[in-house]
Amino acid sequence: MGRIQLESVTKSFGDTQVIPPLDLTIEDGEFAVFVGPSGCGKSTLLRLIAGLEDTTSGTVTIDGEDVTQVSPSKRGLAMVFQTYALYPHITVRKNIAFPMRMAGLSGAEQEKRIMAAAESLNLTDYLDRKPGQLSGGQRQRVAIGRAIVRDPKAFLFDEPLSNLDAALRVGMRLEITEMHARMKTTMIYVTHDQVEAMTMANKIVVLQAGVIEQVGSPLDLYRAPRNLFVAGFIGSPKMNLIGGDEAGRREAKTIGIRPEHIDIVESDDGVWQGKVGVAEHLGSDTFFHIHGTGLAETLTVRAAGDVALRHGDTINFKPREDELHRFDEKGMRIA
Amino acid sequence: MAIVAQSSRSGRISRATLAWIVGLLLFFPIFWMVLTSFKTDADAVKPEFLIFFQPTLENYLNMTENYDYWRFARNSVITAVFATVFALSVGIPCAYAMAFNPGRATKDVLMWMLSTKMLPAAAVLYPMTFLTKSLGLFDTKFLIIVVLMLINLPIVIWMLFTYFKEIPKEIIEAGQMDGVNTWGEIKEILIPLAWGGIASTALLCFIFCWNEAYWTVRLTTTDAATLSKLIEGNRAPEGLFFGRLSAVSTAAVGPIVVLGWFCQKQLVQGLTFGAVK
Repeated sequence: MGRIQLESVTKSFGDTQVIPPLDLTIEDGEFAVFVGPSGCGKSTLLRLIAGLEDTTSGTVTIDGEDVTQVSPSKRGLAMVFQTYALYPHITVRKNIAFPMRMAGLSGAEQEKRIMAAAESLNLTDYLDRKPGQLSGGQRQRVAIGRAIVRDPKAFLFDEPLSNLDAALRVGMRLEITEMHARMKTTMIYVTHDQVEAMTMANKIVVLQAGVIEQVGSPLDLYRAPRNLFVAGFIGSPKMNLIGGDEAGRREAKTIGIRPEHIDIVESDDGVWQGKVGVAEHLGSDTFFHIHGTGLAETLTVRAAGDVALRHGDTINFKPREDELHRFDEKGMRIA
Repeated sequence: MAIVAQSSRSGRISRATLAWIVGLLLFFPIFWMVLTSFKTDADAVKPEFLIFFQPTLENYLNMTENYDYWRFARNSVITAVFATVFALSVGIPCAYAMAFNPGRATKDVLMWMLSTKMLPAAAVLYPMTFLTKSLGLFDTKFLIIVVLMLINLPIVIWMLFTYFKEIPKEIIEAGQMDGVNTWGEIKEILIPLAWGGIASTALLCFIFCWNEAYWTVRLTTTDAATLSKLIEGNRAPEGLFFGRLSAVSTAAVGPIVVLGWFCQKQLVQGLTFGAVK
């Protein structure tokens, strides 16, 4: 079990309030991702749940039990750090065994769990090495192994993949998602990478300046961003946000349209006309940056991989009206 | 190229020469002391026996037979060892707290601790003497241990604090998440990781305790007197007997020089820390 609940939790460092009163519930078995730009308070929030930071006010409960004053070691959570935080003076085997030794598990049980974890994480050959002799990816596996063997109520991940190279990151992302599907234990994952958030989460919590901007499933957030911040943050490439007359005509302060919801059309019945700027060819897709006539913003348009347009070409294009997002002057979504 | 090579070679030679001169200057008094300790008191003051003389062990025999060298040595060992152990057992938790849970006043506290070293010892000599006498602690090993520990504590805490700061905070936090309590963090993580630093702190503290001569001379008479007191005792009452004084001094600094020699590697390793990350 691992249902985590935050009630009116605040956190201040000195006079600076980094988390204004915040309520959040993470259900048992959920994969929740805290995402937001750096400095948005997502790591602080995770550390409050872990108990590594004290709350300034409010309560943290795990499975209905108030743990606000409980030390991290007694909360029954496991954490994986960005810097791996392995114990450099002992072998991989002893690193993984460490939490079990602290919990007083029998030697046989420890060995059984170590072998199971090592097998599932491909670490069997490295058990007798020291962390310093491992690559970044292997170190992070050891850190995950150390978390798994504890059989925790929930896993906390603090940007665990940030120190890995791109290819490894994609692989580890899959492994962690796979691990969640298998274990069905609550996981809370902090990242600034919205792609990680979209691909891994079943609940995304978008944060900005300590405030929760929106909570929902990846597709909820993608399809119906509650405000301009979420609209701009979720999705890659970013949603095109257009102000001015075009927005005014649709009774909004700002309209948003995702790159894949703009069609390039042959005839001149296109709503918008523009000049092609930079084209990013990804093979499967091409992203065109288009300077639209009468539009202040440069728009990104997603097209098929084989569309033959060149820098400087003039094209007609139009948004799919039913996929347009409208926002009012406060930046909130207009239903 | 040739010019560069030449100038760098001459630079190397002059640097080496300078290093030798400085080294010899520093070493000379010790060398002289050891040399003199093998001369008779009469020979020691005669210029014609400056380098060439009839070596004798008389001073050393005299010292162990008549001056109870071993009692002083035992007191030195006991007080230095216990003072070091106590300084570490107070210093490690203290430096740990300041390194990993710093408060608003941590920096000030560190500065304040260091500032206690700035107080001239002579300023509190009389209060200390009267106080210890009236408490019945004068000339006890207990008193010397406490005094040695306290005067070295600031240095011990500062050194440990610097070593502990090198350890990434996440490793301690990982320990907390893995279910260890504060004592466990210190025992299972901090001490093994900072072992080199702790060892060199202990060594330095031990050396300082061993060499301390202000309080050990003034707060003891016989029971708790250390080797510093033995040297001091051989200086004043019977005039200047250089041979004997040198022998006593050599026997007093000898153990610590040998200890330092064997722990050289540990000391350097500790002082150049950085194998944690």
